[in-house]
Amino acid sequence: MALADARAICPDLSTRPADLAHEAAALASLRRWASRYAPMVASDGTDGLMADITGVAHLFGGEAELQGDLHARLDRAGLSVTSAIAGTRGAAYALARHGGGIIADGALAQGVDRLPVSSLRIDHATAEALTRMGLSQLGALIAQPRAPLARRFGPALVLRLDQLLGHQPEPVAAGAEPPHFGVRMTLPDPIGLQSDVMAGLARLLDRLCATLAQHHHGARRLRLELHRVDHATAQVEIGLARPMRDPLRMAALFAKGVDEVDAGFGIDAMRLSAPITEPMPPEQIGSGPAVRHEDALADLVSRLGNRIGFDRVLRMQPADSKIPERSFQLVAAAWSEPVAVPPRHGPTRPLTLFPPEPVSHASGHPPAQFRWRRMRFTTLRAHGPERIAPEWWFDDPAWRTGLRDYWRIETREGPRLWLFHTPQAPDWPAPAGAQNWCVQGEFA
Amino acid sequence: MTTLRDLAHRPPPADPLTLTTARVHEAEGPGRRSFALFQTLRHPGAVLWVLPAHEPQRPMLRGLPEGLSERLLLLTPKSETDLLWCVEEALRAAPVGLVIAEPQQVLSLTAGRRLQLAAEVGRTTGLMLIREGQGSSATHTRWRCAPTPATSADSTLHHWSLNKNKKGTLGQWVVNWHGASAAFNLVPEAGKRCQPAEPTR
Repeated sequence: MALADARAICPDLSTRPADLAHEAAALASLRRWASRYAPMVASDGTDGLMADITGVAHLFGGEAELQGDLHARLDRAGLSVTSAIAGTRGAAYALARHGGGIIADGALAQGVDRLPVSSLRIDHATAEALTRMGLSQLGALIAQPRAPLARRFGPALVLRLDQLLGHQPEPVAAGAEPPHFGVRMTLPDPIGLQSDVMAGLARLLDRLCATLAQHHHGARRLRLELHRVDHATAQVEIGLARPMRDPLRMAALFAKGVDEVDAGFGIDAMRLSAPITEPMPPEQIGSGPAVRHEDALADLVSRLGNRIGFDRVLRMQPADSKIPERSFQLVAAAWSEPVAVPPRHGPTRPLTLFPPEPVSHASGHPPAQFRWRRMRFTTLRAHGPERIAPEWWFDDPAWRTGLRDYWRIETREGPRLWLFHTPQAPDWPAPAGAQNWCVQGEFA
Repeated sequence: MTTLRDLAHRPPPADPLTLTTARVHEAEGPGRRSFALFQTLRHPGAVLWVLPAHEPQRPMLRGLPEGLSERLLLLTPKSETDLLWCVEEALRAAPVGLVIAEPQQVLSLTAGRRLQLAAEVGRTTGLMLIREGQGSSATHTRWRCAPTPATSADSTLHHWSLNKNKKGTLGQWVVNWHGASAAFNLVPEAGKRCQPAEPTR
């Protein structure tokens, strides 16, 4: 039903947009939980789970008890579900979506014969056509001769029917579990020495790095949780400048964090996990000084980033803009690669840039004399103007004064400054004397 | 037993603007950032520029000398302690060619000496861009840099004077360097020659 129709019928209807990503995540976690009932659990569509409970039911005392246990636990968690147990996947699917229950062994055809044909996982048009022919229930459909059905509705219907009745096998295809990068260690006696923690960490790192190597992954972020005797938890987290699985180099980065941990009455459990990992295929190491150089530089960035923050170790990358402030951007060095700058062309740019600082006592155009930073300057040479227009699609408060005419001013005092004039901005009153001239950079 | 020196393959005398490697140097004056960028071109390897987070004057990518932007890393620590720690850590690292730092306070003798030791361990050159008169006595050389008005339109003159030198002589030079490549030339002062005159035959 369309939303407009539903609103017309019930004006007080409360609606909420579907959050498909969250729902999928919830279903995935439910799938992990449901693996307590069966070794193979797969998600079935966007709203169902399918478990292969072959040889499991007796552990719970029978199929009915298993289903009762499942419902009781999910009720306690606040979830309302319907479930069905049947000899085939198709029958369980059909029954679970139309009431639920248990179909006893050997009574498959009788168990499903009251269900509508739409529960057969066939497309809507086929189901409609079957209903129009009077075959609205599965029992009636099963009783039909197969050859005319196949001729009229194609092999898909017959395949689904065979799967429902168990003539065609249909296994539960449970997806592979994503690798879990976490290891833990429980200690018989609480420890409180830094060297003991580091020794334990070294063992955990060995195991974690072996798992990482097995899955061809490298860690970008590592978290060490130290569980104290009094049930408090201390956490040490480090970042890495690039994916890595070298235990020794990782352990060195933990040293400072472990040093600051308050051990209290002692630590009796440690847990090390890698929340962020990246693929890291094996590569030949030690091939020449270039690789070692890159390794050493990445280690340095890791060390610096863990102390001052990875957002403070920056690299400059060119950006596509004529506006001086936005002609480059500062990006975190750990998450970017160096980019070559396009060759220079056009007017020269200053070596250093700073937020515009207005000059005072400017006279002339370009100013023959001006004061800046409480220093008096006399113009020796002026190159310009270079007109830069603001980007109209981007509302930058600094550029609300409109166009800028940039000049390279060589002063008699020495400094070579990058001045600009804003012709569109209203002139300030004359006594203030600053006729819209600002300094924004310094040349070599 | 001493080996004879190979006089034919003597290293060429370094030009006066070369900074001794594995030492920490200082530069002051309004042209100190130009001097630092000039020195980046003479040091291969990564260049780290450590400046306080609140410093508004920062290098501009499109004005930097050729080939520098790919190997330049900017570090913006929040506190002075973090800044000095970053400098020391960077000086200790072998792949770094030059570390430029802008400390805000006077370097104590201890701090300066620590940086010297770190530079010796890592074989890395350091250059501190200090404010006027905030030099540390542990520094190897101290330069005073100022831009100078040029006599002709196509020259970009800098006046770089060496005020302190632990191993060598002092001096001052007027350098014509336009800021884009490593090419430069020393400008002789009026009435003097930059190089000795050819002997008369």
